[in-house]
Amino acid sequence: MTVDTIENAAKTPDDPQPWAELGLKDDEYARIRDILGRRPTSSELAMYSVMWSEHCSYKSSKVHLRRFGELQQETSVGKLLAGIGENAGVVDVGNGYAVTFKIESHNHPSYVEPYQGAATGVGGIVRDILAMGARPVGVMDSLRFGPLDAPDTQRVLPGVVAGVGGYGNCLGLPNVGGEVVFDPTYARNPLVNALCVGVMRHEQLHLAKASGVGNQVILYGARTGGDGIGGVSVLASETFEDSDGSAGSSRRPSVQVGDPFMEKLLIECTLQLFSEGLIAGIQDLGGAGLSCATSELASAGDGGMHVVLDRVPLRDSTLAPEEILMSESQERMMAVVEPASVERFMEICRTWDVRADVIGEVTPAGRLTVEWRGETVVDVPPRTVAHEGPVYQRPYERPAWQDDLEAASPSSLARPSGGDALRETLIRMAASANLCSRSWVTDQYDRYVLGNTVLAQPDDAGVIRIDEESGLGIAMATDGNGRYTKLDPYSGAQLALAEAYRNVAVTGARPLAVTDCLNFGSPEDPGVMWQFAEAVRGLADGCQQLGMPVTGGNVSLYNQTGDTPILPTPIVGVLGVVDDVRSRIPYGFREPGQIIYLLGATRDEFGGSEWAHVVHGHLGGAPPAVDLDVERELADLLYHACRDGLVTSAHDLSDGGLGQALTESVLRHGMGARVWVPDDLDPFVFLFSESSARAVVSVPHGEEVRFTSLCEGRRFPHARIGVVDDAGVLEVQGQFSIPLDELRRAHESRLAQTFGD
Amino acid sequence: MRIGVVTFPGSLDDGDALRAVRLSAGEAVPLWHGEPDVRDVDAVVLPGGFAYGDYLRCGAIARFAPIMESVIDAARGGMPVLGICNGFQVLCEAHLLPGALVRNDRRKFVCRDQRLRIENARTLWTSSYTAGQEIVVPVKNGEGGYVADEPTLDRLEAERRVVARYAGENPNGSYRDIAGVVNERGNVVGLMPHPEHAVDELTGPSTDGLGFFTSVLESVVGA
Repeated sequence: MTVDTIENAAKTPDDPQPWAELGLKDDEYARIRDILGRRPTSSELAMYSVMWSEHCSYKSSKVHLRRFGELQQETSVGKLLAGIGENAGVVDVGNGYAVTFKIESHNHPSYVEPYQGAATGVGGIVRDILAMGARPVGVMDSLRFGPLDAPDTQRVLPGVVAGVGGYGNCLGLPNVGGEVVFDPTYARNPLVNALCVGVMRHEQLHLAKASGVGNQVILYGARTGGDGIGGVSVLASETFEDSDGSAGSSRRPSVQVGDPFMEKLLIECTLQLFSEGLIAGIQDLGGAGLSCATSELASAGDGGMHVVLDRVPLRDSTLAPEEILMSESQERMMAVVEPASVERFMEICRTWDVRADVIGEVTPAGRLTVEWRGETVVDVPPRTVAHEGPVYQRPYERPAWQDDLEAASPSSLARPSGGDALRETLIRMAASANLCSRSWVTDQYDRYVLGNTVLAQPDDAGVIRIDEESGLGIAMATDGNGRYTKLDPYSGAQLALAEAYRNVAVTGARPLAVTDCLNFGSPEDPGVMWQFAEAVRGLADGCQQLGMPVTGGNVSLYNQTGDTPILPTPIVGVLGVVDDVRSRIPYGFREPGQIIYLLGATRDEFGGSEWAHVVHGHLGGAPPAVDLDVERELADLLYHACRDGLVTSAHDLSDGGLGQALTESVLRHGMGARVWVPDDLDPFVFLFSESSARAVVSVPHGEEVRFTSLCEGRRFPHARIGVVDDAGVLEVQGQFSIPLDELRRAHESRLAQTFGD
Repeated sequence: MRIGVVTFPGSLDDGDALRAVRLSAGEAVPLWHGEPDVRDVDAVVLPGGFAYGDYLRCGAIARFAPIMESVIDAARGGMPVLGICNGFQVLCEAHLLPGALVRNDRRKFVCRDQRLRIENARTLWTSSYTAGQEIVVPVKNGEGGYVADEPTLDRLEAERRVVARYAGENPNGSYRDIAGVVNERGNVVGLMPHPEHAVDELTGPSTDGLGFFTSVLESVVGA
């Protein structure tokens, strides 16, 4: 096998290269030639192709994402310790603690190979958190699938759930929440977004950079194999097969294969390396593998980097240099280490049975050079690979069909009238794909490990204790509603933000910061690009209004089947701080005699609602109105009510409205409730509207006066709508009553019936 | 009273077991799998997790860890040893307990709050309970189905060596609803559910799990 060196490239400027097959456009290839002043070697071409891919370079989304960078870089607690651009954002949560969190997509791999795709999605985001110097303490997963009863969902969903669980459980990270949503547009393009959160002391923060000439570059963790080549770009393996003429390398699957045990060792080993101060710079290897880690570390530092590729330990000795540079083999990290610390570094790795090899060093020149079999195969300015890729101003345009969609108001849909019809609707909704109990999924996730899980699914937010002495903790929620976003991308993104914010607030936490995963169709479709631009604008404006920074996240484009894109799906994760987790509020009625209050104003809002979807298969009109000032008032009210012990349970109202919130609240502890419809509301609207900025709470007997004066003092809408009892029935007075057993059967059996117990 | 908790590579609930010992007023001693012996501890807990990745078979490699020789000797000498979940698997692989743990009958990992009935309250690890008492602790396992041949099961029953049984739904297909067993001498207990996750109302479904740790503290102090 001949190696394409830089000398060879200079001598053979006109050799044809497979840039198009690697996913590069002709002007992009021309630009690489321009940067280098010659044609790239095959190794350089491999690096540029993966790093300039949409996934790594954000070339279509960058111009819009700038809005997030313009937001205030602080929270109500303090300045961000790290923001967008690092592996993950870092938020001060007080008492000297910092929290880092981020959400990322692993959509396409999870369709091709559901178990490994989802598992390595979890593994990748965990390494991002680890690379900041934090101990990962929890994960969440936000999932979207095709119709519940579609045959392919039978293949994809169980594999994805087993993969998320298999990897997270084996790492010992509690899974504390997330979502599962079904819609036909995700049928051949499921969404698997994984969030990880980690905790550190302020002084433990580490940033990704390679500084200090002479410092050693150490690759540690798993050996490099042929898996995941071209995972971030396209069609890579076929191209290499052709270019070197060997049919033997065949097609390699672009999906990576995970080993959570290796990752567990990597976590413990890395945290010990951090604690002994042995790491000058660090980067995880994820998408684009060594190409990404070397070029990003070198760009962020003050020097260049020289790497001897022969020193990379391989699982497959036949790999070519370009394959080694592109491999996305999992469970690998790269550290920059001072020469004097290398021996101790290696010793710690041996303790954990983690393989480590010095593969290069930091050099003075601003070049990234890679050597293979004694010859130079890469010699590039690292910033041109990592940060100076193409940036596109994609055309965008409001789709022509948007007007018709907005005009198709749900007001003409037939509504249930009378107690029997309302009763039947409530049960049907409670059993529907998007509202039924998720326990079939979440029972496969360990939520107890580490012993700090204070709230987990099905609660509105996950709450994790981070300091046993003071009770300081964090709360997290992810939300997204593709139907709302399709009706109005700007409002839809804000509604996702509002819901995640509210879900954090109902636990008694103060929301602080945002991470987002923006899942959309092809950026080459101007209509999709309009959805994207509007959603980013809505999210950025919303964050500004709520005083929260966006600390990082991920964009996933090209989520479509043929010409049909997925519902535009911005997933928003909100992080909050809980002063003392002992005062957290779960949902669910527990004590007979407690009074049920509905907080917030209920309007006749059914555009994009679960009711319209389940009963009429209808999507049209406008989504519920967003008022983030009211959301903030609600959050503030709940914070004070929680602090003063005035509420014993709180539940966010969202998909399915009050009817669904009541269903979940009575079933949690098997308590009944007697509910009455306020005089000014129609029973149907009362039960099923999805107006935002609402919650249902239970107030201990005897605290009603204090609670209502708290609401009145803030002029926040509140209505006494019922009382908790132990009669074993959910009764809506004058309308209907449902025995809890019947409601439970409807709500809890659906997923097990579909996927098998 | 010093209770050691062994950390193997891949152990996950070691921190929870150490916390449970502390909350029961014992002295918690972290032990590393590579150490040659269990030093001066009075009892040992093998925690939950995926020791050595559970490669080959759950517990099959951990059983050969350097420290295990000392654990096995100490167990044969009467030291109280509790294996929780993965630790139970290790004890079976080490032949300190009869039977084996196989893939759940539903072929899925299961994590939920589980009712258990304490069947034998005379072991070193269950004396704080009363026989027949029902408790609630988390169960979480992928390979938690307890199996043994019929004569072994009959013998376990006859000798009152079933320590705890699943009450209500059996989460993993364990034969005769067995959740935990004890050796002949009564000092080595293997338990599939996780009492160390039920030691604080804030983070667990109950505090019912504390009894396993207070039992051994009392029994050793009283000995």
